[in-house]
Amino acid sequence: MTTPTPVSGPHTHAPGGIATDMTWVALALLPATAFGIYLFGWPALNLLLVTVTSALAFEAVCLKLARRPLRPALSDGSALVTGLLLALTLPPWSPWWIGVLGAGFALVVGKHVFGGLGQNLFNPAMLARVALLISFPLEMTTWVIPQPLFTPGAPGFLEGVAITFAGAPVPDALTGATVLGQAQTGLSQDLGLSRSLEGVYDPLHQALGWIPASLGEGSALLLLAGGMVLLARRIIPWEIPLALLGTLALLATAFMLVDPECHAGPGLHLSSGGVLLAAFFIATDPVTSPATRAGRLLFGAGCGLLVFVIRTWGGYPEGIAFAILLMNAMTPLIDHYLRPRTFGRTRRGRPLEPTQTAPDGAGRRP
Amino acid sequence: MWSFPRTLSFRGGVHPQPRKQTTRNLAIEPLPLPRRLYLPVQQHIGAPARPLVAAGDRVLKGQVVAAGDGAVSAAVHASTSGQVLAIEPHPAPHPSGLPLLTLVIAPDGADRWVDLPEPDHALSLSREEIARRVAAAGVVGMGGATFPAAVKLNLGTRHAIDTLILNGSECEPYLSCDDRLMREHPGEIIDGARILRQALGAERTLIVVEDNKPEALAALRERLYVADAIQAVAVPTRYPMGSERHIIRAVTGREIPAGQLGADVGVMVHNVATARAVHRAVRHHQPLVSRIVTVGGGAVARPANLEVPLGARVQDLLDHCGGASMAPARLLMGGPMMGQVIPHARVPVVKGSNGVIALTAAETRSADPGPCIRCGRCVAACPSGLTPLEMASRIRAGDLDGAAERGLADCVACGACAYVCPAHLPLVQYFQHARGALADRREQGQHQERIRRLAQRRRERQEAEARAKAEAAAQRKAERAARRQRKTAGKEHETEA
Repeated sequence: MTTPTPVSGPHTHAPGGIATDMTWVALALLPATAFGIYLFGWPALNLLLVTVTSALAFEAVCLKLARRPLRPALSDGSALVTGLLLALTLPPWSPWWIGVLGAGFALVVGKHVFGGLGQNLFNPAMLARVALLISFPLEMTTWVIPQPLFTPGAPGFLEGVAITFAGAPVPDALTGATVLGQAQTGLSQDLGLSRSLEGVYDPLHQALGWIPASLGEGSALLLLAGGMVLLARRIIPWEIPLALLGTLALLATAFMLVDPECHAGPGLHLSSGGVLLAAFFIATDPVTSPATRAGRLLFGAGCGLLVFVIRTWGGYPEGIAFAILLMNAMTPLIDHYLRPRTFGRTRRGRPLEPTQTAPDGAGRRP
Repeated sequence: MWSFPRTLSFRGGVHPQPRKQTTRNLAIEPLPLPRRLYLPVQQHIGAPARPLVAAGDRVLKGQVVAAGDGAVSAAVHASTSGQVLAIEPHPAPHPSGLPLLTLVIAPDGADRWVDLPEPDHALSLSREEIARRVAAAGVVGMGGATFPAAVKLNLGTRHAIDTLILNGSECEPYLSCDDRLMREHPGEIIDGARILRQALGAERTLIVVEDNKPEALAALRERLYVADAIQAVAVPTRYPMGSERHIIRAVTGREIPAGQLGADVGVMVHNVATARAVHRAVRHHQPLVSRIVTVGGGAVARPANLEVPLGARVQDLLDHCGGASMAPARLLMGGPMMGQVIPHARVPVVKGSNGVIALTAAETRSADPGPCIRCGRCVAACPSGLTPLEMASRIRAGDLDGAAERGLADCVACGACAYVCPAHLPLVQYFQHARGALADRREQGQHQERIRRLAQRRRERQEAEARAKAEAAAQRKAERAARRQRKTAGKEHETEA
């Protein structure tokens, strides 16, 4: 009865690990993903499979080049989640090469150039989406009106294959603008929101996801449910979604009250443009967000503020991807300055005065 | 972060699975005397005790066999009557298994005590007398820290202590020895508390118990009188509640400044088992010869709480508990959070051993470390307000000074960070390694500084000698010249005359 090499405690461990967390993230995304596939049919499924498969393939190639063991990294599920998240932010009828290029950019430039999991500065999926948006603006802004599976008008399996892999053109009749796009176009034509959004913005459809949108941004309710699961299991911190959604809602409400014709309300802001997907699943990426509570609140609030600024005064109607990337860049700085107070020390790191009570004044010497 | 008015708590901490169900309802049973007892001369922090007996001597239970040596040390007593077989190095209960000078005793089976004075009324004793009896009984901190209790009591003479805390939190998973002690012998603990309070002159005394031990709380409260000014306090169950800094923070709101002790904020903490040992030492003149040990873990056939004569080997305990039902993945002395791996079961139970835990692989959940994903769970879990992930990344990069700057010295090595780390990083191991390396470097620096100083002094001495020589030479020369001058002057005088 011997024990191998001496090891420090603890000699037991909380259940779970990175792979478990990633699996839960993927599971929490499943309802929204399934609904997206139902809404946008075979082409969406094709795109999803292409993106996820190539994400795994690129991960494997990078590991091979770095001469690192394949199995532990591939089985931790991080590449799968990156591929899945990227696919969910793409227009569902995009051609296959969008998925492959995006996955390649995410995994190679977004992740492995920095040194692999845990080392990257930017969220790989968001980096890839922004790169694609800038490089292929046409493909990345071709939105289709939902064509649910097995309904008349929906593409069959073969048509789906043609759309994804053979570059079959999407009929104009099936394309539509996103709500945010419509709003921005309307504003540029000096139309008030009440006129430009007429027949485009229906809060119920928006919440259910029955709208032209990217594959996974659709159903606000399903995304919210998935996010709640992750929050309940403490896989994601509550600070980031709360601060992000709270800031955005607050700003949207304030500006709507000032001028409802120029500024959409919080309902539209929160339910469109993948804000919920980003707030629960992307901004909460542990690698690229701060590690402390105060830092996370600041990070989330910063994302919310930037989304609003970009949507309101910027050139892109959406902007969540840019907002997250900008805040990703701020993360090291936030982590440097916002740290918890060390026990027995002042915020500046000096030992407390002996007679001093705890700075939160919970007790006084008699 | 923002501070909410909250009491009985501290920042951070974790809720490890308690796993106390298997032993918490098992009454304390005595371990039958084993064939041999192994008493190391060092079962405490400080200098090893000096053996007073020789091989072949007969000893009685409670007889001093090794005396405390120096300011911080503790005596060792024979834990049963019998014959000293040998005084020789033996594996110590430490991960290294390095040998320590050990008295091997063959019990004679009579278990006969030395003559003890009659019990007396302890509460009229002076502080010095209490400290003397505690020292004579070899009592040390029995929560695992093993700091000599008498030395700690004497700290009270240098600082005004207004609050005495008896630590019955027992926040480590598996362990239930303190729980059982509080349930079965609450009177002895309370009496120990009165004696300690008398020695310290503390105004209030709190017996602190985590709220997952309601029976222990009830047992204590039943024995407490209002006039006692001793309170049994329930605190939330959260690891590391048993840490001295954190229990003081939780129940008094006072925060020990970095680098100082509880006495500096007027609080002293003793474990409940120490209080019981003090009760026995002061009231009954009984030295510390046994302790309660929880034997648990999935690899033990019949877990138990045992009253063990000090010096019984771990193997004796395991055998009594039906042996290991399977080969344990890790054999521990102490709890699974801060306990130590022991190399094999041939090491003895000592004064600070509160548990013998044999864990199965399923219980350790050990896994190969993965990459840090910066999830920040370690930051949320750290009760010392540190950022373990940053300290770890700096240590991995070889930047030990950077890690020290991030508060390495403030880490209490509780392991809350490593417990929650999803990447299974051995964070505590990193920190211990870095501390060791920094201490080595400091020592080396001091060594070099000493050499430099010595060399400088030698140079100065040589210079001073050379200077003195030159001065002496110059003086002689001057004297010679003066003499010569006087001579010639005298001659001149003579001629003039």
